[in-house]
Amino acid sequence: MGTTAADRLTPDTGLTPDTRVFLDHAATTPIRPAVLELVIDTMRLGGNASSLHAAGRAARRIVEQSREQLAAALRANPSEVVFTASGTEANNLALKGLFWAARDADPRRRVILTSGVEHHAVLDPVRWLAAHEGCEVVYLAVDREGRVDPAQVREILLDRADEVALVSVMWANNEVGTLNDVKDLAHTCAQFGVLFHTDAVQAVGSVPVAVDEVRPDALTLSGHKLGGPIGVGALLLRRDLRPVALLHGGGQERSVRSGTLDAPHIAGLALAVELAVAEQPAYASRVGQLRDLLITGVQQVVPDAVLNGAPGSGRLPGNAHLTFPGCEGDALLMLLDAAGIMCATGSACQAGVPEPSHVLLAMGRDERSARGSLRFSLGRSSQERDVDALIDALPGVVARARRAGQR
Amino acid sequence: MSSERRRIVAALSGGVDSAVAAARLVDAGHEVTGVHLALARDTASDAPGSAPGARPSRGCCTAQDARDAARIADVLGIAFYVWDVSEAFEREVIADFLTEYARGRTPHPCARCNERIKFATVLNRAIALGFDALATGHYARIEPADPATGRGPTLHRGADPGKDQSYVLAMLTADQLATVVLPLGDAHKDEVRREAARRGLTVAAKPDSHDICFIPQGSTRAWLAARLPARPGRIVDGATGRILGEVADLTGLTVGQRRGVGLPTISSDQQRRYVTAIDVATATVTVGALTDSEVTLIVGGGAQWCGPAPGVGWRGRVQVRAHGETTPAVLTDVGAGRTVLTCELPVRGIAPGQLAVLYEGTRVVGSFTMDRSAPGVAPAAVAADVVRGVSG
Ligand SMILES: Cc1ncc(COP(=O)(O)O)c(C=O)c1O
Repeated sequence: MGTTAADRLTPDTGLTPDTRVFLDHAATTPIRPAVLELVIDTMRLGGNASSLHAAGRAARRIVEQSREQLAAALRANPSEVVFTASGTEANNLALKGLFWAARDADPRRRVILTSGVEHHAVLDPVRWLAAHEGCEVVYLAVDREGRVDPAQVREILLDRADEVALVSVMWANNEVGTLNDVKDLAHTCAQFGVLFHTDAVQAVGSVPVAVDEVRPDALTLSGHKLGGPIGVGALLLRRDLRPVALLHGGGQERSVRSGTLDAPHIAGLALAVELAVAEQPAYASRVGQLRDLLITGVQQVVPDAVLNGAPGSGRLPGNAHLTFPGCEGDALLMLLDAAGIMCATGSACQAGVPEPSHVLLAMGRDERSARGSLRFSLGRSSQERDVDALIDALPGVVARARRAGQR
Repeated sequence: MSSERRRIVAALSGGVDSAVAAARLVDAGHEVTGVHLALARDTASDAPGSAPGARPSRGCCTAQDARDAARIADVLGIAFYVWDVSEAFEREVIADFLTEYARGRTPHPCARCNERIKFATVLNRAIALGFDALATGHYARIEPADPATGRGPTLHRGADPGKDQSYVLAMLTADQLATVVLPLGDAHKDEVRREAARRGLTVAAKPDSHDICFIPQGSTRAWLAARLPARPGRIVDGATGRILGEVADLTGLTVGQRRGVGLPTISSDQQRRYVTAIDVATATVTVGALTDSEVTLIVGGGAQWCGPAPGVGWRGRVQVRAHGETTPAVLTDVGAGRTVLTCELPVRGIAPGQLAVLYEGTRVVGSFTMDRSAPGVAPAAVAADVVRGVSG
């Protein structure tokens, strides 16, 4: 018998999982037990949803039921759901696919409007289009809280709507938690006949997301941010849109996204979305209170800590993002990690090189405060004792990080 | 190694030496945290830099090293972080490297990095953050302090004569040594590679890193040429004073260098010609036979002593390049900002800007940066092995 990856897992601290405090739900929140069961059961079932025999039909039934379930939860049409292997893939499909399609239809349409606070899964595809595909990127300014003003979009569109291929503005910011007025943004774009995409990866399950009200042309969501599996996402894409495919092959998902459908993950995603949306009001009120407790608690023990992003209902219920003057964020993170408390500085970077958060820089903060910040993100399993543990550990940790200073 | 459990930052370069060093500390029961240092970053190669979220790209080897370091930490089961010290590195090491070359000198960036970054910025940060010590994979030995005699910790050559790195650590003070751990001081390189393989570290066969981490191997002059204005100069024969030719850019030349000057390397009298001096002020590169660069008098800046400062008349051995041998020498003057050493045998090819390290047996006594050298008067005693040793 070979060893499995799970057998090889060794804890890297002496702490057991239940003495650790997990305040990084925005990175990945634990999978819901019911979802895990469903994924395993569906995986056992097997079957290729494109096959014409009984096994294929069984798999196809699961995929299509999941499509309906997911669409219903978000008040979208099942035919609008394109399953992908991640939020990143859904963003790439929306940005590259819709850019190419718009440019092919009208060569003048080569402008993308987006904000400087987007996740790298939006910024980097856009930068790539600019570097390789002749795209002109117009970065929308954000205010001190990280919000895009729809009036600014209107102004630009008044001027050059017929050059714009796509507008992409995130629903909720993954770092500072600020919510955008996506309804206004979507309606503004619609008035000018310009496509609007929103990265709603952090929003779904945390705030009400009703596609029939907001009417984005494309909306990205991801499984692992809402209690679903890692490695599955979806793009809700208006039925009549034909983005150029990133993946060519067997023609699945309206030929927009080829590849054998991953029924187990798709089933898990749909169940997770359904449960998250159903629980959203209760979740938002409970976790929002915990968040406020966390913020006031932190500011009591570290009076000069500054909250970044919008206050109160203007931000994600689970997000608390704070600058600790005189500290390096990565020193704080390391010291908290050693104390069994897990949080984040910005979006995780592959090689682990800490960069000042581009989000805070775009919000007008200087590099120092951008480097001296931490994101605490709460989720379904968060409890008051998690907040208490943080508040207990924080004064010592901040004092120590201050001694180490800032570069 | 002491038996108490200490909180140690293990610097993980992504190479085999620091990996095994960290592994040994984990085995010894210490609480080890792996840290990879992001030193150089290449912002110049970064495309539209003003776009939000544009990441300064690092050289690909550096990013691979960071991944290797992270994987090593995973295998060892220790926490791992990247510490970005690139600003300090830029300021303290790269800027100095450029200034020194612009002055016609030959800096030693690794020694400088050890002095100003690894065992200063990084060590101080580790201590401030509550760690007890910093560990690296250098091949050198630290003798702990002896409370009975009041002697502080001392630095010694590593046990592997082929790998000994005490030269590049020579500027560490006793205070610094007290919070530094060098687990490979007693090790031999081949044994370290075997140990890495036995431990399942995939970097076991990774080649040793080359000298200057921020410059692609072998392209120092091109790297400098891209950053410093070209300085055309004359090449002068040191013996006759005759002008032998022109050099388009003398920046990056080094005393003792033979190739790449732009002259036929063998003159009509069948003698190989070496750079014996570089004078930026007069834009002159002096060349001559190897024996023309022989000196016995070395003058440098203020010395950094590791332990009590020796006085004039101190007698020991001096090493003038990282992988050279030693020569007997006497300290003939010491003062603030000035050190003068008289070698008992001639040494060749001393490049201003390089380090002279003084030893007593295996122990590092101190070091200073060499500024000038002169033939002086050589004592008669000549040991053949020493001459061979210093001819570099
Ligand atoms: C706002 C936002 N967009 C996109 C992503 C990427 O999603 P995925 O991890 O599924 O590729 C994330 C996750 O970090 C996110 O927070």
